[in-house]
Amino acid sequence: MMQAIIRSIMVGALVAIAIPALAGADGNASNHAIQQVNDKAIRDGGYVRTLSEYGLFADMRNLMPAQNVVPYTLNTALFSDHAVKKRLVYVPKGGAVDVSDINAVIKLPIGSVLVKTFGYPDENGAFRPIETRLLLHRSDGWAALPYIWDEDGSDARLALGGKRMMVNATLPDGARQQISYAVPNKNQCKGCHALDNVVTPIGPKLRNLDDGDAAPDGGQLARLQRAAILPDKLPQHAVMPAMGADAPLADRARAYLDINCAHCHNRKGPASNSGLFLSYQEQDQIALGIGKRPVAAGRGSGGRDFAIAPGHSDKSIMIYRMGSTEPGIAMPELGRNVNDAEGLALIRAWIDAMAKHERAD
Amino acid sequence: MANFTFSRGAALIFCAISISSIAHAKTIDIAAGDGAQERLQEALILAEPGDDIVLGKGSFVLTDGLSLDVDNVTVRGAGPEATILDFTDQKGSGEGLLVTSDNVLLRDFAIINTKGDGIKSKGADQIIYYNLRVEWTGGPKSSNGAYGIYPVESKNVLVDKARVIGASDAGIYVGQSDNIIVRNSTALHNVAGIEIENSFNADVHSNIAMHNTGGILVFDLPNLPQQGGHNVRVFSNRVTDNDVPNFAPAGNIVASVPMGTGVMVMANRDVEIFGNVFDNNASANVIIVGYQQPYDDAQYQPVVRNVRINANSHGKAGYAPDFPGGAQLAAALGGQVPPIIWDGVEGDAANVASSDAVPFLTLGLTTSDQSVAQAQPSIIAPGKVTLTLPVITMPEAMEAKIR
Repeated sequence: MMQAIIRSIMVGALVAIAIPALAGADGNASNHAIQQVNDKAIRDGGYVRTLSEYGLFADMRNLMPAQNVVPYTLNTALFSDHAVKKRLVYVPKGGAVDVSDINAVIKLPIGSVLVKTFGYPDENGAFRPIETRLLLHRSDGWAALPYIWDEDGSDARLALGGKRMMVNATLPDGARQQISYAVPNKNQCKGCHALDNVVTPIGPKLRNLDDGDAAPDGGQLARLQRAAILPDKLPQHAVMPAMGADAPLADRARAYLDINCAHCHNRKGPASNSGLFLSYQEQDQIALGIGKRPVAAGRGSGGRDFAIAPGHSDKSIMIYRMGSTEPGIAMPELGRNVNDAEGLALIRAWIDAMAKHERAD
Repeated sequence: MANFTFSRGAALIFCAISISSIAHAKTIDIAAGDGAQERLQEALILAEPGDDIVLGKGSFVLTDGLSLDVDNVTVRGAGPEATILDFTDQKGSGEGLLVTSDNVLLRDFAIINTKGDGIKSKGADQIIYYNLRVEWTGGPKSSNGAYGIYPVESKNVLVDKARVIGASDAGIYVGQSDNIIVRNSTALHNVAGIEIENSFNADVHSNIAMHNTGGILVFDLPNLPQQGGHNVRVFSNRVTDNDVPNFAPAGNIVASVPMGTGVMVMANRDVEIFGNVFDNNASANVIIVGYQQPYDDAQYQPVVRNVRINANSHGKAGYAPDFPGGAQLAAALGGQVPPIIWDGVEGDAANVASSDAVPFLTLGLTTSDQSVAQAQPSIIAPGKVTLTLPVITMPEAMEAKIR
């Protein structure tokens, strides 16, 4: 009797697992226009093979988001080889976002998705997507999955192992350059997106979403509140400046380091062992790198003695590593293949402006 | 009633699924050849706990680092001369292979010419590195990666039968970890052969450390999440002919290791060095010092304490000391420096003692940041040394995997 019960439950379980897999495999979903976001695919679809199955875009070819999928921007964004990044957020109906911890990413409920499409304008200025990275909040935690777009722009396919490819990039000044572009594999997503070894989003913190209220529509926070992403009451929070903004040098530099480095370089991140901690709210001067000697940088030290030598950017390990594209030296370790000239200039200026005993606040 | 049935059913499903996942632990074979990067990385991502990833014979040409984040997986090759992961063309990532999951066994393959570190494991408890070769095939160069085998922030770390050649920092480096064994391994042509740094409870034994700049280092540095290194035993090793000029990139702490150092202890407390064979180390067979640099860390202890040296065999040493003030010291002491040198900070209270029948020099310094030029050297007679540190053991499940 027990055996029969166990057998029928196991069969039941196997069938329950098989049905969604079959639905995915026959490709039916991509044949009709998706009106609704596919909550089931997001929540427990496993390794969903194509981007269209999630129903996040009403029109894949021109990346028009579906209903309730909301575009957003960040004040200071991660440098990714000058790629243009289009960000979207989806919160399922009735889901509540917790914004109480102002130093953490806003807490999106299970069933939410963060969508980030990377690409460059082509020679006619039209945006051509290369990859879309998804962060899916599933019942067992966040899952990070990379999708690579087909040449014809009709859909994107799951690429668990990532891919390295030559890409025609357009730089901000309009120049075209061939670069060796790396779509991350699923583990590499976690290589940055991890706190205490658990996958987590990085960008959407109140301080990085708040672009002020000067805009005619009231600013991004107001817009996200109207779209039922953010709650009505928001706590007091700092505001990170945009890179080119009219804000104090130290503020812009700390914002840059927060978004480009601190996802790894924090006490619980993938570089916790380094002792170099670069979060926006970090106060410890040695942890920030001032007078800090290298521990495991190897040839990444460039023969220099300190992460930051105040007043001397040319003697600072941070500048050496930011200015390199060689694996084993370059920092960040993942996510870029060319140097960020603007970021480098900003951090140089910040270090050179430091008096010998100045705090890096 | 309905609730009770539902939860019992759920429990049975849960039980059935867990039993079936162990029963279905599988072997995944990956051959060398085209697309090795993507095939191998996908296998590492899709592996499930209990799986074996078996690498075929031949050379796997890799352009990016590999990573494993699944618990209880074995990655095995056909042998460290037969299965070679070749990173000569590496274009991205800080290491060849990064492991961030627990209970992993890496065995029987080689990793060569990584641009950064060879194999790194972070927060990867119960990891075993067994019968591996990590090598930079162009010889000792400061452009080689820093570490060959690099477990960090982990508990229960076992490195056994590893061979590491050419690292520009340390061949086998264990950092900020707890309960460690490095045994039966060979370190050649590295700056530091084997290094235990900011770690607790380590046995380094039965290894060969030859033709490095320094054979075996036991260091403790400030401003790191784990510090106060202690309970380290270095015994039954062959530490000879460490004659490679220091090729570490300047600025790294290991760039200060004098060429021809056997064992160097820096900061740390409770270190036992016994039963080793030392020979042909031009600076000294054993150097014991505190942390010499200025530092800003209220928690850090720079002075080295409780070091016991016992029953080592000392061949030639000290005939060409490579540290500042070494030549003058040698001249003052009749042509060479003694094979055991201690900075002398805190004197008797530091409990640094040797029972070896060779001259044991104290520099008589009063603080760890003083230089040799300020030394008031004197020879300490051999004394009685009692070894007290416990034997380090790994959980039996780990030893069973490689028996």
